[in-house]
Amino acid sequence: MLPEAKVAIRHARQPPRLLRKVNVGDGSYNALLWFFAGFTLVIAGVIILALWGTARPAFREASVFSFIAGSNWDPVQESFGALSFIYGTLVTSAIALILTVPIGVAFAIFLVEMAPSGVRPIVSFPLELLAAIPSVVFGLWGLFVMVPWLRTSLEPFLGQTLGFLPLFRGPPLGMGYLAGGLILAVMILPTVASISIEVLRTVPSSLREAALALGATRWEAIRLASLPYGRTGILGAALLGLGRALGETMAVTMVIGNSPEIHASLFAAGYSLPAVIANEFAEATSAVHTGVLAALALILFGITFLLNSVARLLVRAVTKSQAKSPA
Amino acid sequence: MNRYLQRRLANVVMTCLCAAAVVLALIPLVSLFWLVLSKGAAGLSWSLFTSLPSPVGESGGGVGNGIIGSLFLVGLACVFGLPIGIGTGLFLAERGNGRVGDVVRFITEVLSGVPSIVVGIVAYGLVVVPMHHFSALAGSVALALLMVPTLARATEEMVRLVPSSLREAALALGVPQWKTSLRVILRTALGGIVTAVLLAVSRAAGETAPLLFTSLNNQYWNFRPDQPTSSLTVQIFNYAISPYEDWHQKAWASALVLLLFVSILNLASRFLSRSRLRGA
Repeated sequence: MLPEAKVAIRHARQPPRLLRKVNVGDGSYNALLWFFAGFTLVIAGVIILALWGTARPAFREASVFSFIAGSNWDPVQESFGALSFIYGTLVTSAIALILTVPIGVAFAIFLVEMAPSGVRPIVSFPLELLAAIPSVVFGLWGLFVMVPWLRTSLEPFLGQTLGFLPLFRGPPLGMGYLAGGLILAVMILPTVASISIEVLRTVPSSLREAALALGATRWEAIRLASLPYGRTGILGAALLGLGRALGETMAVTMVIGNSPEIHASLFAAGYSLPAVIANEFAEATSAVHTGVLAALALILFGITFLLNSVARLLVRAVTKSQAKSPA
Repeated sequence: MNRYLQRRLANVVMTCLCAAAVVLALIPLVSLFWLVLSKGAAGLSWSLFTSLPSPVGESGGGVGNGIIGSLFLVGLACVFGLPIGIGTGLFLAERGNGRVGDVVRFITEVLSGVPSIVVGIVAYGLVVVPMHHFSALAGSVALALLMVPTLARATEEMVRLVPSSLREAALALGVPQWKTSLRVILRTALGGIVTAVLLAVSRAAGETAPLLFTSLNNQYWNFRPDQPTSSLTVQIFNYAISPYEDWHQKAWASALVLLLFVSILNLASRFLSRSRLRGA
C-alpha cells in the first residue's frame, strides 16, 4: 500500500487535531446537550435522596415492617400503623381497574376497529378533555355530585340486590371506598383507553385482513387477531392505569371519608396512602411524624416506579416491534 | 345457517357493547362539565378575580390572590422546567441513539409516572427543609419536576419528526452542526414544542397535591418567591372541604375559572398541532 493511502486511512479513523476541531460551537453545543441529559439523571437521583433524607427519622425510630403491619394510626401517641392506608389504596385501585379496563379496552376497540373514520376525532376528543381535567375539579364533582348519588341511589340499590355479600353491607354513607374507586375509575380511563388505542393501532392490518378473508365477522377478527396481538400492550396499559390510581391524591382525599380504619364493606369510610400524606404532612409537627409520612411516600414511589417500568417495557415490546410505522 | 346467524348476532352485540362503553365513558365528562359550568357561572363576578378571600358569611371576596399565585407558580416552574425539559428532549433526539440515550429515555418515561404527591415531598425535602419555611419557590420546584419528563419526551418526538433531508441540506451548505440543530431543526419543530409546553403548563396549573406542603397557602397577595403563596387549586380544595355553603359556591366558581384556563390551553395546543400537520 502506498504511504499516502496509509496516512489517509489513519486520518479517516482519527482525524488530526486541526481537522477534528472544525468548530468550537459544535463542541460546546454537544457539551450542553450532555449537560441537560446528565441533569435529568441527577434529578432522578435527587428525588430518591430527598425522599430518603426526609424519611430517615422514621427509620431510626422503627422498622419498615412495624408501620406496614400495624393498623393503629395515632400521631399524637406516636403510633404509626399504615395498614389501613395501604388497604384503602389497594381496594380503591382494584375497584378502579375492574371498572376501567373493560370499558377502556372496549372504547379503544370501538375507536380503532369499528368507528367510521369520520367519527374517530369526535370520539377521541372527549378522551383528551377528560385527561386534562385537574384532579381537584374531579374531587369537587365527586364530593357534591357523585357522593350524594351514591348515597341515595347506587349504594341502597347495591345493598338490596347484592347485600348478601359482605362487600355491599352497611349504611350507605356515600363517602368511602366505593366513591374513591369510582372517581379513580373515571380518572384513569383516559390513560387506559389512549394506550390501548396506541397498542391496537400497531396491529398489522394484514392480520385483520387475513381473519376477514377467512370469513370471520368483524368481532371475530378482533377477538382472534387484534386482541391476541395487542394483549401484552393492553396489560401494560392496565398497569399504567394502576400506577396512576395508586398515586392519585386530591380526588380520592375528597371522597374517601378519611378515617384510618379497615372495613370489609365498600360503603364504609376509609383512607388511602396519598390522602393521609396530603392531609397530615403540612401539619405534622414531630420529625417522626413527618418522617413516617415521607416513608409512606417512598413506598408509593417504589411501587409506582416498579409498575411503570414493567408497564413501559410491555407497551414498548408491542409498539416497537412495529418499527416506527406511521400510525 | 343457524350458526352463521349466531356469529352475526355476536358481532352486532359486541359492536353495541363497545359503543355503549364509549357512551358510558362520556357520562361523567358531560356531567362534570355541565355542573361546573352551571354552578360556577352563578358565582362568577368581577370581584372573584380581583379580591382577596373574604371570611365566612361575608359577601363578596374572591380568589384573586389564588389566580395570581397559580400564574406566579407556573411561571416560575417554567423558568426551571422548560430549559431542562426541552434540552433533554433535544439530547434524546440528537444524541440519544446510544446506551446513555436509552437510559435517559427510560428514566424520563418512568419519572412521568411518579405520583405528584411524592414530588411534593421531594420539593419539601429539597427546598422547604433547608429554607426552614414554606415558599412559592418550593411549589414551583415541584411543578418543574413534574414538567421535565413530559416535556422531554414530547420534544424528542417533535424533533424526530423533522425530515432528515432538512438537516442534510443545511450540513451540505456548510452550516455547523450546532447551528443546524438550533436554527433549522429546532425551528422546524418549534410548533410542536410550543404545543408540548402549553400542555405541560395546563397540567402544572391544575396540580394541587404537590403544593399543599410546599407553597402552602396565603390569605394575602404575594409576589415574593421566598414566601408562602396561595394557588387556585389549593383554594378550591380548602373551599370544597369546608362546611360553608358560600365557600362551596366559591369553589365551583374557581373550578370554572381553572377548567376554562386548562381547556383553552388544551384547545390552543390542539389547534396548533393541527395547523402544523396541515402545513407539513
